[in-house]
Amino acid sequence: MLEAVGIERKAGNRWLLENISLSIHAGQRLALIGPSGSGKTLLLRALAMLDTIDAGEIRWRGNIVPANDVPGFRAQVMLLPQRPALPETTVEEILRQPFSLRVHRGKRFHRQRIIALLDSLGRSDAFLAKHQHDLSGGEAQLTTLLRAIQLDPVILLLDEPTATLDSEATGMVESLVAAWLERQPNEHRATVWVTHDHEQIGRVSSAVFRVRDGMISLEKLEKT
Amino acid sequence: MIEYVELTYWQVALAALLIVINGTISVVLHLRMEKPLLIASARTISQLLLVGLVLEWVFRWERWYVVIGLGVVMTLIAGATAASGTERRYPGIWINTIVSVWASAWIVTSFALFAILQDIQWYQPQYAIPLLGMVLGNALNGISVGLNTFTESLVTRREQIESLLALGANRWEAAHGAIRHAVRTGMLPTINSMMIVGIVSLPGMMTGQLISGMPPIQAVKYQIVIMFLITSATALGTVSVVLLTFFRLFTNQHQYRREVFL
Repeated sequence: MLEAVGIERKAGNRWLLENISLSIHAGQRLALIGPSGSGKTLLLRALAMLDTIDAGEIRWRGNIVPANDVPGFRAQVMLLPQRPALPETTVEEILRQPFSLRVHRGKRFHRQRIIALLDSLGRSDAFLAKHQHDLSGGEAQLTTLLRAIQLDPVILLLDEPTATLDSEATGMVESLVAAWLERQPNEHRATVWVTHDHEQIGRVSSAVFRVRDGMISLEKLEKT
Repeated sequence: MIEYVELTYWQVALAALLIVINGTISVVLHLRMEKPLLIASARTISQLLLVGLVLEWVFRWERWYVVIGLGVVMTLIAGATAASGTERRYPGIWINTIVSVWASAWIVTSFALFAILQDIQWYQPQYAIPLLGMVLGNALNGISVGLNTFTESLVTRREQIESLLALGANRWEAAHGAIRHAVRTGMLPTINSMMIVGIVSLPGMMTGQLISGMPPIQAVKYQIVIMFLITSATALGTVSVVLLTFFRLFTNQHQYRREVFL
């Protein structure tokens, strides 16, 4: 579905991303590992077309995305940033906000669906009334994730979503992503998950890529 | 016929005596304000005398190219000043502030000279220079404040803006909050001054016209026109510099180029 073909990015003389090619197919669950500063975040940002690249191209379903369609592309290939930046309002308002964006017009906020998802995590709908100030790190990340998956993206690019969370919150994030992956079994979805946690790699990925000094290599391919 | 008391240099020196008194108080009380006070006073005297000499010359010549030339110099200085006060810089910031100052001030001043004050030669320095000067000074403030606010909130709200882009917002939707905040902040002082004009203080230009013997209602009419010119130039300039900066920092692929900041 999503292909990166020879993408490159330089800062002065230093390579940030060097000739990276990667394809993400329907149903795949990829993990990206590698030391800090190796280019994992930059690679995810490049895949979501959030950064300009110096060479190479991003293809979505075989085509280069025209400039006008980039917001539509990002609605399908959605990146969850490392640090959640939520507006200062209640969780329900935060979840409603994306529907005012042009690309999501025609979609509607489904309160019941959110409540069902919260229920599966053992949370009541009182969570929706919580204010952004009162959210813990884990709750902020859950809100960010709920905001993304309610928009039904096809690929989720997750940039260390659980790096600062305890094991309980991590479990919640993982099960939300798993529920989202299974929700549409005939339209296969995919994830790319940046993580440092080796146990998590086993839980959330079927193939592992290692990024080092802006270059990528296949580390491990398991049967799905 | 307009009448006023001609000032001699002796009378100006008497006014300077007030500053000397201030300086003495500062020395006695160790306020350490005497040096800045001295420098500021010296600059006021030298800068204004210099401008006076230039204006004497321009007023005597009354040629369109002389007025345009002086206007260009004033505009360039205003544009450069607007950019120099900004903390977050990016390549091309000078061009953007100069273009914004130029476009806003010249459009509005031209409207005043051609459409409002119809019965004059448009390049008559008596009207063209003070009008342009006042419009430039105020547009410069709006541009400087608008630009500063915009770049600052692009830096501080970076994560929110990128989150919005990642959710599928287009560049306009992602930056809209920061744009609105910047334009409002840039416009606020001008709006406030329109709110209180005449109640708290009399504007400098109106005071000058009253002293030179103009009937109060005439002076007031001039002042109203000036306020509207200033406000529209400030609005135009602020919107212009914010939009130029927006297009510099957001690509047509809806990417936020945070690396553009120096």
